[in-house]
Amino acid sequence: MAAPLTLLLIVAVTIRAVLFRSSLAELISARVEVVSPLNAWKRVVEGLALLDLGVSPYSGDVFHETPLMIYLFHFTVDYAEIVFIVSAYFFRKQKYALESDRYSADCLELLRSPKEMFYIPLKVAMFYLLNPFTILSCVAKSTCGLNNAIIALFIFCTLKGSALLSGILLALATYQSIYPLTLFAPALLFFLQRLYIPVNLRRSSFWFFTLQYAFMYVGSLVVITGLSFFLLGSWDFIPSVYGFIFSVPDLTPNIGLFWYFFAEMFEHFRLFFSCVFQFNVFFYTIPLSIKLKEHPVFLIFMQIAIISIFKSYPTVGDVALYMAFLPAWSHLYRFLRNIFLVSCVLLACSALFPVLWHLWIYAGSANSNFYYAITLLFNFGQVKVFTTTWLTNCEWKNRWRNKVSLFINLY
Amino acid sequence: MGITAAAARDEFQEELVIRPLHSGDIYASFQFRTLWDTDFLQEGQKVSHYRLFPKSLGQVLSKFSVRELHISFTQGFWRTMQWGQPFIPSPPGAELWVWFHDTVSDVDGNWKELTNVLSGIFCASLNFIDLTNTVQPSASFKPLGLGNATDHRFLRYATLPREIVCTENLTPWKKLLPCGSKAGLAVLLKSEKLFHSSFHSQAVHIRPVCQHKNGLDFAKILDAPSFCIHLCINCYLHLFTEWSLFKMFSRTLTEACPLATSSKVYVDITDNPEGELFELSPATPLLSQAVVLGDRRTYSVFDLTRAETFGQLRSLNLLLRWKGDGGEMLRPLLHAERYVAGFGLQTGEIHTVIYNNHPYRAFPVLLMDSVPWYLQLYIHTLTVTSKSRDNKPSYIHYQPAKDRHRPHLLEMLIQLPPHSMTEVTVQFERALLKWTEYTPDPNHGFYVGSSVVSALVPSMVAMSTNFTQDQPLFSSFVPVKEESSYFVRVYTEPLLVNLPTPDFSMPYNVICLTCTVVAVGYGSFYNLLTRTFQVDEPSLPLAKRLANLIRRIRGVPLLT
Repeated sequence: MAAPLTLLLIVAVTIRAVLFRSSLAELISARVEVVSPLNAWKRVVEGLALLDLGVSPYSGDVFHETPLMIYLFHFTVDYAEIVFIVSAYFFRKQKYALESDRYSADCLELLRSPKEMFYIPLKVAMFYLLNPFTILSCVAKSTCGLNNAIIALFIFCTLKGSALLSGILLALATYQSIYPLTLFAPALLFFLQRLYIPVNLRRSSFWFFTLQYAFMYVGSLVVITGLSFFLLGSWDFIPSVYGFIFSVPDLTPNIGLFWYFFAEMFEHFRLFFSCVFQFNVFFYTIPLSIKLKEHPVFLIFMQIAIISIFKSYPTVGDVALYMAFLPAWSHLYRFLRNIFLVSCVLLACSALFPVLWHLWIYAGSANSNFYYAITLLFNFGQVKVFTTTWLTNCEWKNRWRNKVSLFINLY
Repeated sequence: MGITAAAARDEFQEELVIRPLHSGDIYASFQFRTLWDTDFLQEGQKVSHYRLFPKSLGQVLSKFSVRELHISFTQGFWRTMQWGQPFIPSPPGAELWVWFHDTVSDVDGNWKELTNVLSGIFCASLNFIDLTNTVQPSASFKPLGLGNATDHRFLRYATLPREIVCTENLTPWKKLLPCGSKAGLAVLLKSEKLFHSSFHSQAVHIRPVCQHKNGLDFAKILDAPSFCIHLCINCYLHLFTEWSLFKMFSRTLTEACPLATSSKVYVDITDNPEGELFELSPATPLLSQAVVLGDRRTYSVFDLTRAETFGQLRSLNLLLRWKGDGGEMLRPLLHAERYVAGFGLQTGEIHTVIYNNHPYRAFPVLLMDSVPWYLQLYIHTLTVTSKSRDNKPSYIHYQPAKDRHRPHLLEMLIQLPPHSMTEVTVQFERALLKWTEYTPDPNHGFYVGSSVVSALVPSMVAMSTNFTQDQPLFSSFVPVKEESSYFVRVYTEPLLVNLPTPDFSMPYNVICLTCTVVAVGYGSFYNLLTRTFQVDEPSLPLAKRLANLIRRIRGVPLLT
């Protein structure tokens, strides 16, 4: 297992290094699909330049990273490329460990042959490292790669069973961008399952553990936020980072649904629709947790997918994060419906994004509607990917349970 | 209506300076100055008797506790390289900068009301000035009048590059003059000829000065400052080889304003000492010399308070006939240009080029840039190069923009090497705005106000720091602090930048389509969350079911 993994790592690092040194790096850093106002490298450099000039980076509207990020890059700005490659490597390591850990949890699923399961970690590693989305994100030095690494570490710690580390890493991920808050529920469910505590609201052991975990999580969050306050000297970063994520004032086009919607919104309804769109991300947590409480790892996948699609400034780096999970459910490939259609839609949209952007912004022969249409289609395709995965997972479980063929209502 | 010198509390002076250029062009500058011994801000003393000072502006000053007010409306762009330095520069569009008094507690509130009141007084749309285009320069706009406290929290500066000047703005401006447009030099201000010019600018400058009688030094500060209001009109006209006042303004001068203590017309004859370049008639024996903008100039003076100036016909129609061609214009020592580089609607670069034409002296300049918030500047891309080498500014004051609240402000002190060209570059990104934030013609583009380059330029000729009554008004507008340099302010071109636009016909469609995609997601979730899977026996064909029914009645085992 080590040899193919090492080979894969070498190939991935080589591709990234080659692209870093070529002229494509600058081109990719400017692409709106790959970077967003929240995680663009250009803005990190701008924040550092403002800090050097003696102006607070949060006094303007250019910089929206968290204070710990500034200080991290303050010291490593010359080695930024190495930082990003290292974080991709960490992600690899965690994904691999994740898969090796899942063997014990899912060994009941005998429909998968041992040989298949042996190759899953390698496939996951391949899916992430060699995914063009990830490569583009890394070469553009978007801080999305660092966010992904933190989430991967969090998943790894959760699967390993260390509640404290998992709480700390989840707090760090939430501190970076608010949305990983929804991953609290699946992590909690996983720990409860692992410790054989039944999810019963009347049981005191359930509440005891929940409070413990919540305390660790909230405590770490408070500590990290306090640390940022002391480093920066003011609370300026809260409206600049979290206020920015929630109120979406910057309408730079990206691959998500928010930008054009709020560009064309009637003023009267702006607040209402902002609330609706943000609520949409957090709202699915409770029903999904109730439905999938025996499958917390799948729940994590679903939550990450929902965040990546419905967050306010998505990029292809977020898409790559949940796509890396797909080989973990390789036993479903046989049953996935419409998989060809959906993958064609996603591929076509990925190819059309830069074309229509060029036509709108540079050639002037198209207008914003073209780019917006592809955004819609891309998000529709993404929704189809994970609903199909979920549907097939449900079907397969039932099939396994009943060992009979069944007729399913068409939807 | 005579003014006795002893009890004079206010006085009014008017003058017209005509500078003919070699290509047959004329630069005409009208200056009307009223000096008034009063203090608007004195407690308990409400000023109610206005004579020469315009009442509307006096009331504005006292209500908003304004120390200095400078407002200008300009049509056209002053081409420094071809026409030389103007006496009083102004940027295209409208410009307003105000120093408030230290006692003001809410400067922004006063500023907002002041712009609205001025917009009513001048019939201009100054009400478009709000916090999104107002800046507080820290070093560029120091007070031109008296004042030791220079806390820039009390300074506000705004430009409206898109503002157009027309007859509607000229009429209320003329009403501010004591004689109106009925007597004196103001009779020449007829809009049909005035707006035919390539460049037209009208300005009002109000500032406190110290009282000066019989040549007191400007530097002496007395207890009660006077207020000086300076109204000036600059215009630049293209004419042919022969021009006259009548041809230029469709009027001639018949009398001086009775309320004026001095009313003069100056014609610049420095380039024409022997009369070989042009011929000026009627001839006048009066000559005056003044050092203006670092250059010693000679003027023919026509004093309108003297009856003999008007001659037999009782009207003065200056006539100038060109004889020869040529005449080199003095190259201005400081000159600046600005343009936008780049292609596409995503990014761009602002290039400001400053020329120092002095052959051996280097001097520092203060460059001030105010860029609207929708062009996001990246200050880490700021480069200043002189003679293809890096030139680091010694002072940078940068205030980044806050979206929809305030614009960028960039001020830099750059040392210009002698006889060189300095280029300042900064990259920016264009933002996509909400559809209601675009102007009705969004594809016209968005204006970025002119950059301001302020400098103390070393003078070839020694300047005089003493102010005397005899000096022409235009040479004493900006106080001269030292002999070896004079103050110059150069405005660059305004920029016109295109922003990416959304489709304005689509709000309802966009809402529907986006909500559809969200609903597809929601619908699929709801379906999968509430779906239950059940085993379904395959249903038997009709014949077998009937047979089963009969078998049940008989009590025999059923078919499957």
